[in-house]
Amino acid sequence: MMRFKLVTVALAGLLSQAVIASQVNVYSARQESLIKPLLDQFTSETGVVVNLIAGNGNELLKRMQTEGIASPADVFITVDAGNLHAAKEAGVYQPIQSALLEQRIPSKLRDLDGAWVGLTQRARPIFYAKDRVDPATLSTYEALADEAWKGRVCIRSSGNIYNQSLVASMIEHTGAEATRQWATAFVKNFARKPAGGDTDQLRAVAAGQCDVAISNTYYYGRLADSAKPEDRKVYDALGVFWPNQADRGVHINVSGAVLAKHAKNIAEALQLMEFMASDQAQAHYARINHEYPVVPGAPISDTIAAFGPFKADDLNLTALGVNNRRAVQLMDQAGWQ
Amino acid sequence: MAIAHVSRVTFGRRRPNGFVITAIGAALCVALPVLVVLGFMLFSTSESWSHLVETVLWRYILHSVLLSVTVAIGVVMIGVPAAWLISFYAFPGRRLLSWLLLLPMAYPAYILAYTYTGLLDYSGPVLTWMRNIDAPTWVMWPLLEIRSIPGAAVMLSLVLYPYVYLLARAAFLEQAANVMEAGYSLGQTRSQVFLRVVIPMARPAIVAGTLLAVMETLADYGTVEFFGVQTFTTGIVRTFYGLRDTAGAAQLASILLGFVALLVILERLSRRKIQYYSDQNRRLSRLAVTLTGWRAIFAMVLCAAPMMLGFALPTAVLGYWTLFYAEGGALWSLTLNSFVLAGIASLVVVGVALVIAYANRLYPAPWLSNVTTVIGLGYALPGVVVAIGVLIPFGALDQWLSRGLMAFGVEPRLWISGSIGLLIFAYTVRFLAVANGNLVSGLSRIRPSLDHSGRLLGRTQSQVLRQIHVPLMRGSVLTAILICFVDVLKELPATLILRPFDFNTLAVRVYDLAGDERLIDAAPASLMIIAVGLLPVILLNRSVHAANHD
Repeated sequence: MMRFKLVTVALAGLLSQAVIASQVNVYSARQESLIKPLLDQFTSETGVVVNLIAGNGNELLKRMQTEGIASPADVFITVDAGNLHAAKEAGVYQPIQSALLEQRIPSKLRDLDGAWVGLTQRARPIFYAKDRVDPATLSTYEALADEAWKGRVCIRSSGNIYNQSLVASMIEHTGAEATRQWATAFVKNFARKPAGGDTDQLRAVAAGQCDVAISNTYYYGRLADSAKPEDRKVYDALGVFWPNQADRGVHINVSGAVLAKHAKNIAEALQLMEFMASDQAQAHYARINHEYPVVPGAPISDTIAAFGPFKADDLNLTALGVNNRRAVQLMDQAGWQ
Repeated sequence: MAIAHVSRVTFGRRRPNGFVITAIGAALCVALPVLVVLGFMLFSTSESWSHLVETVLWRYILHSVLLSVTVAIGVVMIGVPAAWLISFYAFPGRRLLSWLLLLPMAYPAYILAYTYTGLLDYSGPVLTWMRNIDAPTWVMWPLLEIRSIPGAAVMLSLVLYPYVYLLARAAFLEQAANVMEAGYSLGQTRSQVFLRVVIPMARPAIVAGTLLAVMETLADYGTVEFFGVQTFTTGIVRTFYGLRDTAGAAQLASILLGFVALLVILERLSRRKIQYYSDQNRRLSRLAVTLTGWRAIFAMVLCAAPMMLGFALPTAVLGYWTLFYAEGGALWSLTLNSFVLAGIASLVVVGVALVIAYANRLYPAPWLSNVTTVIGLGYALPGVVVAIGVLIPFGALDQWLSRGLMAFGVEPRLWISGSIGLLIFAYTVRFLAVANGNLVSGLSRIRPSLDHSGRLLGRTQSQVLRQIHVPLMRGSVLTAILICFVDVLKELPATLILRPFDFNTLAVRVYDLAGDERLIDAAPASLMIIAVGLLPVILLNRSVHAANHD
């Protein structure tokens, strides 16, 4: 009798799960702390319940692959076009069909085959020590390989996808051989063995260990807003330099979303992506994490507005993913640790 | 002499019984991820292998070996003298220090690394201050190089030495006082007795502790990744994700496994030659020599330093960050998740280990002990590799089930993966060796004649286990449970990869924030991990004490 009751309860549980149709399952490589407020807002506005696993992007992607048809994931959110492209190559996507997203998000920030859409944007410029570097001596990423910068450059390791994508963009623009030569010379200019994240490179410039660093913009924006006085000192000591303004423009990248191949809640998944491209959500990212919106004309935070305008690389970001493997091998060859 | 110097004791060949069959079943399950890795190495070809060999392979090997050797030296140099002083000498603060020395165990190496980096980076407070007072560069230089192999070795040694300390101390305490007295009566000095009697008798424990530390080092990802030290583990992850070459990653993982297998075999060989059984202890405190003056101060400093560096200082820094700067949400539900998960997992792991260790005692066939060795290798697999090795077969099983059930109109879903159960399975794979090592050393100290007596008195094997072995090895079982608990609590990669929806732990929160370069915001969750991890460490100390001072 007891056992029968248990079975009934269990079945009822399963059924009730099936009845709650309005839910969407998200695998997110964006930090939970960044994305959760936005997802909660989505739930309160639409009634669609969001189930979330936030973790490492590569690992979540592999998880989707191994789960295959049984995968509960509807949406996969990750940073960097290189990672988004990895999802495409892994075959875990289905084309995103949304007139609204196509209309709001510029095509260079979307995959050529609709495998992913960009949802926020960031740039990767050069930061320099105001007291030691005349910005007039800076020009391009390429020029940082010149003899003049020997022992003056800080940048994180080649294991980092942001650097892989930067190099991938250079391969696309200047060719693999030229990029290899550049990387080999560039590595000789490092002030120290690559270590730490982007913020650590900025701190190292401020502390005088190196004169220039390459970092994503939002890390610099966070220093501006930090509660720690030391962080604001770092912010004050540095200047932003937008490289390659005379040619292709500064390297940019996105965070974005993939519609899972085996998504069971497609309508809700698209609804979520469209919500994230709304002015309100775009403003949220700008405010909370100092990222640039992907939707032209959406508001940006005062902090990043202060960095000034820049010419961005017009390359379709799909190329970053296509060239990623090449970039990794090339950096290995150049001895970029 | 009270040492029974016996070559490996056999019970005579006996048919495998229920214990042995269960043990083999469990061993096969636990070996699955290792087999998956080996399968990929054998049955698929790596596209980038020649690239790896030409560019990075030797660096991975060199760095991993250097790091392991440095950590091995570090943990022995810290752990053994501390255990020796605490066990055989009386000095002010000895009782307090005996358990304070365990505290760094509660620290995940990656949190120690984050904290020291914040403290010692070029732009951190210490070096900024040193530059301001114009400190000589030879003082600043080593501090500056925290993100390096020596830096990683220091971090890892500071959190891993308690394994050696704990096992060495337990071995010292369990040594019969009369053996040492016999040494003195034969005209040996204290240091001669230490070198000729105490150390050889404790050697299996010291070697086992060092091996644990080396395996943890080889499996470490968080610290070396953060420090930019390229080891096998970071190489595997990079090949798997960066180069998207599963076969290449499996080949690297297999080399790592081979390396660890070699270490494990060497350790077993060193143990196999001789087996010591000791008679019941006499209280050791009678033998303790009281230290005074500068000797007492020296002993205090020697015992206090590792605890200060591995616990007190970083905790103070984390506390400062938490109080003054960190922003973060509530931690209670995360703490509860972490605690319950680690509790259940540690019981499961030790249960399985007990069955396997006991089967080995009942049925000491070489092939069975080899099986046990193989499953122990899971400990040397980085958590991320274990997780992948678990995910691939169970994901396939889920897909197969989903396809089959679709015919009956059941919507495809995950049946096994994405559950807490699978996460606990992964922990079992990863940490079985830890539990097993403790239990085997506990069991091996029980004379086989006790088994024979029990059996002669008509007890079944299970009764012998319950009535003789469990009471005698209560300390070892408790130690195993508590070490597993702390290990699960600190574990990160497998938890990240395998956890179900909306299930977070403290370690996941720390990673979430640290991965976003918000080390300071990660401080409260880090402190909480350490606080939860402290409870079992304190219990652990009590149990070791209780077991020896009953």
